[in-house]
Amino acid sequence: MTPVHLAALAAPQLLLAGASLVLLVVGAFRPKAIRLVAGLGVLSLLAAVGVVAIEPLGRAFGGDLVADQGAAFAEAVIYLASAAAILLGQPWFARRGQARFEFPILILIAALGMGMMCRAADLISLFVAIELQSLSLYILAAFEKSDGKSAEAGLKYFVLGALSTGIMLYGVSLIYGFAGGTSFARIAAAVAHGASGGVLFGLVFLICGLAFKVSAAPFHMWTPDVYEGAPTPVVGFFAGAPKLAAMVLLARVLTESFGPALAQWRQILVVMAILSVAVGALAGLRQSNLKRLWAYSSIASIGYALIGLAAGGPEGVQAMLVYMTLYVVDVTGFFACLAALAREGRPLESFADVSGLVRQRPGLAVAMTVFALSGLGLPPFSGLWGKFYVFKAAISAGLAPAAVAALIGSVVAAYYYLRLVKVMWLDAPEGQIDAPPAEAAGLAYAAAFFVFPVVLIALMALDPAARAAALALVQG
Amino acid sequence: MSPQLAVTLIVFAPLAGALVAGLFGRLIGHRVAQIVTTGLLFVACALAWVTFRQVFGGAWPHAFTVTLAPFIHVGRFVSDWSIRIDSLSAVMLVVVTSVSALVHLYSWGYMRTDPHRARFFAYLSLFTFAMLALVTAADFMQLFFGWEGVGLASYLLIGFWYEKPTANAAAIKAFVVNRVGDAGFALGIMTVFWAFGSIRFADVFPLVASHADLAWRFGSAQFRLMDLACVLLFIGAMGKSAQFLLHTWLPDAMEGPTPVSALIHAATMVTAGVYMVCLLSPMFEAAPVAKGVVTVVGAITCLFAATIGLAQNDIKRVIAYSTCSQLGYMFFAAGIGAYPAAMFHLFTHAFFKALLFLGAGSVIEAMHHEQDMRHMGALWNKTPITYVVMLLGTLAITGVGIPGLDLGFAGFYSKDAIINAAYVASATQGTAMFAFICGVVAAGLTSFYSWRLIFMTFHGHAKWGAHEAHGHDAHADHGAHGHGAHTPHESPWVMILPLILLSVGAVFAGGVFDESFVGGDRAGFWGSALSATTSGTLLDQIHHLPQWVVLAPLAVTAVGFFAAWYYYIAREGLAARIAARRGLLWAFLYNKWYFDELYDAVFVRGAKALGDLFWKGGDKKLIDGLGPDGVSEVSYAVGRGVSRVQTGYVYHYAFVMLLGVAGLVSYALWAFR
Repeated sequence: MTPVHLAALAAPQLLLAGASLVLLVVGAFRPKAIRLVAGLGVLSLLAAVGVVAIEPLGRAFGGDLVADQGAAFAEAVIYLASAAAILLGQPWFARRGQARFEFPILILIAALGMGMMCRAADLISLFVAIELQSLSLYILAAFEKSDGKSAEAGLKYFVLGALSTGIMLYGVSLIYGFAGGTSFARIAAAVAHGASGGVLFGLVFLICGLAFKVSAAPFHMWTPDVYEGAPTPVVGFFAGAPKLAAMVLLARVLTESFGPALAQWRQILVVMAILSVAVGALAGLRQSNLKRLWAYSSIASIGYALIGLAAGGPEGVQAMLVYMTLYVVDVTGFFACLAALAREGRPLESFADVSGLVRQRPGLAVAMTVFALSGLGLPPFSGLWGKFYVFKAAISAGLAPAAVAALIGSVVAAYYYLRLVKVMWLDAPEGQIDAPPAEAAGLAYAAAFFVFPVVLIALMALDPAARAAALALVQG
Repeated sequence: MSPQLAVTLIVFAPLAGALVAGLFGRLIGHRVAQIVTTGLLFVACALAWVTFRQVFGGAWPHAFTVTLAPFIHVGRFVSDWSIRIDSLSAVMLVVVTSVSALVHLYSWGYMRTDPHRARFFAYLSLFTFAMLALVTAADFMQLFFGWEGVGLASYLLIGFWYEKPTANAAAIKAFVVNRVGDAGFALGIMTVFWAFGSIRFADVFPLVASHADLAWRFGSAQFRLMDLACVLLFIGAMGKSAQFLLHTWLPDAMEGPTPVSALIHAATMVTAGVYMVCLLSPMFEAAPVAKGVVTVVGAITCLFAATIGLAQNDIKRVIAYSTCSQLGYMFFAAGIGAYPAAMFHLFTHAFFKALLFLGAGSVIEAMHHEQDMRHMGALWNKTPITYVVMLLGTLAITGVGIPGLDLGFAGFYSKDAIINAAYVASATQGTAMFAFICGVVAAGLTSFYSWRLIFMTFHGHAKWGAHEAHGHDAHADHGAHGHGAHTPHESPWVMILPLILLSVGAVFAGGVFDESFVGGDRAGFWGSALSATTSGTLLDQIHHLPQWVVLAPLAVTAVGFFAAWYYYIAREGLAARIAARRGLLWAFLYNKWYFDELYDAVFVRGAKALGDLFWKGGDKKLIDGLGPDGVSEVSYAVGRGVSRVQTGYVYHYAFVMLLGVAGLVSYALWAFR
């Protein structure tokens, strides 16, 4: 395999790595050229999407890195979400006098890590990719240095993230010890004739570590605090792309190397999924802060995605991918709305802040309503279709009880989604709301437009793409 | 004009009037609304008489059906909007349109100061349309439509003065009591469809003979479907025709304007039940149990309502109970199988009862909206025309006539035919003797309370003018009428003219139509519209009766007259003293056998208690408590618990994570055994 061939198989990663290094140099010499750096960052992410679309498929670096449709599908979504984060975040920080050229670069590096997560086919590359992404996110969470809450969020995220890394590493070492290798293929071979207890033990630890990244219960505790403290555009980023990356990674590990042990890991996932839906629905009932509320909403959403994954097979993985993709759009749009709303420079973050919003900012209120109803899973918004895929897969895999439990959870969660709608539409407005910044409002409208009605057309393309991706992930 | 077009016009002219007056009343003004509705009604009335003549003259087919449009076609359940014309409906067309047209005209005077006249006339015409749809129905579905339509119009008109709480209450009472009957009616229709697979009269009647013995087994009990269906249908008739147990709404319905009482609650709507039983005579003939029920209920009502009428003081309530009682006659006539006699009494009753009501309205008008007869008296020379027509109406209702010459007022022919038929039937039917006795006694009571009304109102000493305090249930009848001079005065000609026309009917309707309805011509007159199985023998024999039977009604009528004369003329004031003593019997009659109190205690308060039980105990505590409220309570509490774990301390979070790992690993070890 020639170096050119190898480079082609890792082209998006090389592109992003190169871009982040170059931008770092640009920033170091021209610290004021923040907009230039941000613009170039967005361009390189978009270029990466282009590269993903045309690059060859195959395995490189002794099988450590795999380029397949599964990776390509997820990466395209992740890079677009990352680009949106830069678009949303850079002006946001600029408005608050916090603009620094490191922000786009950190997003680029996180995107690089997430891209690698999608391609990792070896425990070592898996670990490196996760850490690359996580470290960037820790910094991003604390990016608003002057804000105590932001710093607290970063620190908490870091400490707990370190703990989860420890748990995961322990699992990795156990798997290595019992399977005799780190590559997924090797593990698969070891598990093929019945998994030993040790390997499964390690697998549980590995799943726990990854569950932290996707904030599945009971590893969700950091989520509300971090979401509340971290800067809004960063939260929008956190809640979307990294979770998709981690879910894809989880899907690849579980189906490629632990495929024969489906019956075992399915049970762990179902337990986590139902717990997540329950926690997300119940704890959300009493939240007054919208960012915290959406933290719980995202916990519940991961529960649905986990049910899809637990269904296993191409259908289950496809459901997970469709669900996560629609969820990423949904959550990005919602946080774009929050980023667009401020009263005398102070962001609107609580229910009380947005009361009567429809009378002052009808456009954004409608967009937020769309996102809330989509989160609730109301037809015809995109959330419904995601849940439809998940439940369909779950039922055909014999997981109907889990689907029913999740459905009950979404009934409970309806309370807070509808409460948001009620507060915005029926309550009395208070105080003047600042004119929304164009980029945030534009992004929010675009996302809302996608949630309905574009999704109906988009699904026609999304469905086969996700199926191809799922087939690639499952068959290795 | 073709028969089809004529009958279509008869039915739809009132609807057109109702729509014009109802939708555009404000636009065109009261006067135009009055002219349009009344004009259309007179057109319908003229056409109805033409139809009557042509159908019975033989120029038109004796029975035909015009199908207008499909209504419901679901599977075998087929119903069309149609107009069925036969002897029965031709008679009803005449009765309904004539009385309605005269009442429309009368209302010009009676309602002349009301600010909502256009609405009033719209309702009147709407009622007429619904009633015509009812009597021309060719299947049970349209019958039900008309049934509910007249119920709606009745509700709207009783509550016409909606500012009055009593009128609202009466309207609601009428509607609710009728719901009870309608439930039975609807079940009856379902039973018919179940038994016959069709609801068209033309399909059902020929099948009665072959289906007569169909039975429905429920547990160990067995019900003949014919009896079941007919009893259920009769329950509907009991509601609409205010029969014993379901009669309570009719006296209260007098809260409506007096023309409404005359049209709906005397001449037409309340007779719908009788009409229905006669219409369904082929079915009832196959249902002996149902016939017995009809006879007994009719007889009880006839006697019971008459006793209450003895003690009432409100002029309209007396006539209302009288109506109730006369309907009882019609029902037991139908019950024993003398359908032509029932229809005959329905026909004559429509004239003299509408006359009495409108006459009472004229008296009320003369007395400036006083309805209490104790505050009247000596009106005969103040309102001479009203007095004369009321007198004629009373002679008609009491059935005065000379048996030997066969000459008398309308009631003489129809009521005596019923009583005589009951006597004949008592030879074969056990219940008929009971009906005969009730009928004769009630005839005496009828005479007493009718003459009592005349004496209290028109004779004796004037009890008006002396004191200002005429009862203020008074205003009762009219919201916006100013108080002018307090001398009674004769009513305007628009009110007098209908009275005169109706009194012509009250005097001659019996004699003129006796031969056709119940006499020798009846077979040709009714054709196949009424079942002749029983009525044939019954009516053939009423002219060959013992002399005492023939004379009995007349004798009790005379007794009633003299008793009334004694109490209210010869010993004026005696009756008031009896009332003042508040004896048991008097209180029992005055309080209408305590039916309202009984129903209030049992049904109204019982239903409320039951509702409270289900609402507070069942719904709020049990269903809401364990259901929505309980679940949300629990959800909220769990949410609070979960939030409380969210302390913000990193070591707590780490602890939870480690617990999670430990828990999942334990679970895995257990699950992967």
